[in-house]
Amino acid sequence: MSLGGAMEGQSVEELLAKAERDEAEKLQRITVHKELELEFDLGNLLASDRNPPTGLRRAGATPEAELQALARDNTQLLINQLWQLPTERVEEALVARLPEPTTRLPREKPVPRPRPLTRWQQFARLKGIRPKKKTNLVWDEVSGQWRRRWGYQRARDDTKEWLIEVPGGADPLEDQFAKRIQAKKERVAKNELNRLRNLARAHKMQVPSSAGMHPTGHQSKEELGRAMQVAKVSTASVGRFQERLPKEKNPRGSGKKRKFQPLFGDFAAEKKSQLELLRVMNSKKPQLDVTRATNKQMREEDQEEAAKRRKMSQKSKRKGGRQGPGGKRKGAPPSQGGKRNRALGGRMNSGPPPLGSKRKGGQHQGGKRRR
Amino acid sequence: MDALDRVVKPKTKRAKRFLEKREPKLSENIKNAMLIKGGNANSMVTQVLKDVYALKKPYGVLYKKKNITRPFEDQTSLEFFSKKSDCSLFMFGSHNKKRPNNLVIGRMYDYHVLDMIELGIEKFVSLKDIKNSKCPEGTKPMLIFAGDDFDVTEDYRRLKSLLIDFFRGPTVANIRLAGLEYVLHFTALNGKIYFRSYKLLLKKSGCRTPRIELEEMGPSLDLVLRRTHLASDDLYKLSMKMPKALKPKKKKNVSQDTFGTTYGRIHMQKQDLSKLQTRKMKGLKKRPAERITEDQEKKSKRIKKN
Repeated sequence: MSLGGAMEGQSVEELLAKAERDEAEKLQRITVHKELELEFDLGNLLASDRNPPTGLRRAGATPEAELQALARDNTQLLINQLWQLPTERVEEALVARLPEPTTRLPREKPVPRPRPLTRWQQFARLKGIRPKKKTNLVWDEVSGQWRRRWGYQRARDDTKEWLIEVPGGADPLEDQFAKRIQAKKERVAKNELNRLRNLARAHKMQVPSSAGMHPTGHQSKEELGRAMQVAKVSTASVGRFQERLPKEKNPRGSGKKRKFQPLFGDFAAEKKSQLELLRVMNSKKPQLDVTRATNKQMREEDQEEAAKRRKMSQKSKRKGGRQGPGGKRKGAPPSQGGKRNRALGGRMNSGPPPLGSKRKGGQHQGGKRRR
Repeated sequence: MDALDRVVKPKTKRAKRFLEKREPKLSENIKNAMLIKGGNANSMVTQVLKDVYALKKPYGVLYKKKNITRPFEDQTSLEFFSKKSDCSLFMFGSHNKKRPNNLVIGRMYDYHVLDMIELGIEKFVSLKDIKNSKCPEGTKPMLIFAGDDFDVTEDYRRLKSLLIDFFRGPTVANIRLAGLEYVLHFTALNGKIYFRSYKLLLKKSGCRTPRIELEEMGPSLDLVLRRTHLASDDLYKLSMKMPKALKPKKKKNVSQDTFGTTYGRIHMQKQDLSKLQTRKMKGLKKRPAERITEDQEKKSKRIKKN
């Protein structure tokens, strides 16, 4: 019996060994031995082999067979990697999900810059106006059907009216139809002008260049001129010994815009300004520009309201419900006294320092300069 | 300039869509390639361009007429073509005594030439010379670069990046495993670059991953590096800039150990320990009789003090 047991043990071992050998053979068909591992970028289906091609160097003039062998090995490794990706079945085809490509390649166009808001968008933001959702079709009484809001065969077409009543205060001999057409042309022209102005503003913002030069060369004449001026002055001797081109003129307006009164000028005016200065310094009450203060206050309040409304709408959208803006007050603005106090508080700080900065004669202002 | 494009507002929806397709975007379109013949292109160079066009279809344009320009001297006409056809990759073929069988391969940034590399063709076997079945057009090829030369010099590195850019095709999220049909293999050896393309045959192996056999299919070129016109470092860096929106988002409050354990951080408010919920020891609770006696004791103590 023991002999039989030993024989069985042997056969089991043999079977295991045979199974292992079979597995190794199978894997051998797809394994490739390389000294250096390949680098894979599966998002681009790319593989880079850094091993020096010693086999090819020996091949000589016609390396076709060696090239094909090398290609086969590399492709096998790439396929092994690809087959390990997570797969799914899409319409009876086996599909592998590729990762993001890791090789960084240059873009073909520059990154789009965020455009500055147009004048209307700024105003809408400030006031908290949001676009109203409008229906596509409007009921037209005249024709008795649903018509589009604007465009061909629109609901209320002004141009198709055959009768216009002369309004009370207008000249009876005036052509009302022509007046209407003229008004429309003016509106269109104004709209176009504003659109171009918005575009100009956006385009001006698009070139915050470094050192004045735009890398791909799209620059206007003024910018190039400015860049050239800056470059001229950026030498150790601040541009004093820079040669000019034969017919080049002096740059105009390149200095700082500050004007100082001459030392011996109009004596009467100087006396008047200095007496005024002393009077303001001695007076107990601070100076206050009421209109400016009130406008500033109103603007701040509007901005706060708009921001609050925007936040509330965002919150309510997230929650799914829709609550009206609670506690919004659009009644009369707060009392004059209250506003003045607040404005007072705001202006108090800015009172003395600017007056203090004006000194007699040419005394230097030591320390920080406050605006 | 795009600002000028917008000054003249498009009057039709189709024109508007056309302009929108061409404007700069966060995630870009697939790069198109234009294949141009020079004034003195010979038959070999023309055939090369035709073969590359077959590989790059439908993301390529083959210009039929000869254009008398010199890319390395004057790039304006290339830039004009690129702007008109919205192609950012190009390949220009020419032939003269000094530079026989010349091929200039290059790419554009913002319709201006970024990189240009001139390659000489030493040996060429065309698609139609190799008689076997080809793969359908528009398949995404696999790219393999062999040889350590591709990382040594800056020229070779740019050439590798340019070749990847040129031949890679559309970027896809999923790929059908049976649809991987051909592979382009570039080997750099002794100053020459061997470009071979093979068709893939998947054979049965014991396990899930198939065994690969290759069959030479397509154009094979032996190239020599000639002149280069590479972009300056800062222009190259500018062209590689990725917009912030596409950068991968960092996950906050999650960190990993050297041993691979993932740690998370939770930020909590300060706890009021006096209101802590502890276990109820019912046995230690004061019974009403005991409580009365305690109160009496306290009262007597207070009277004594006073």
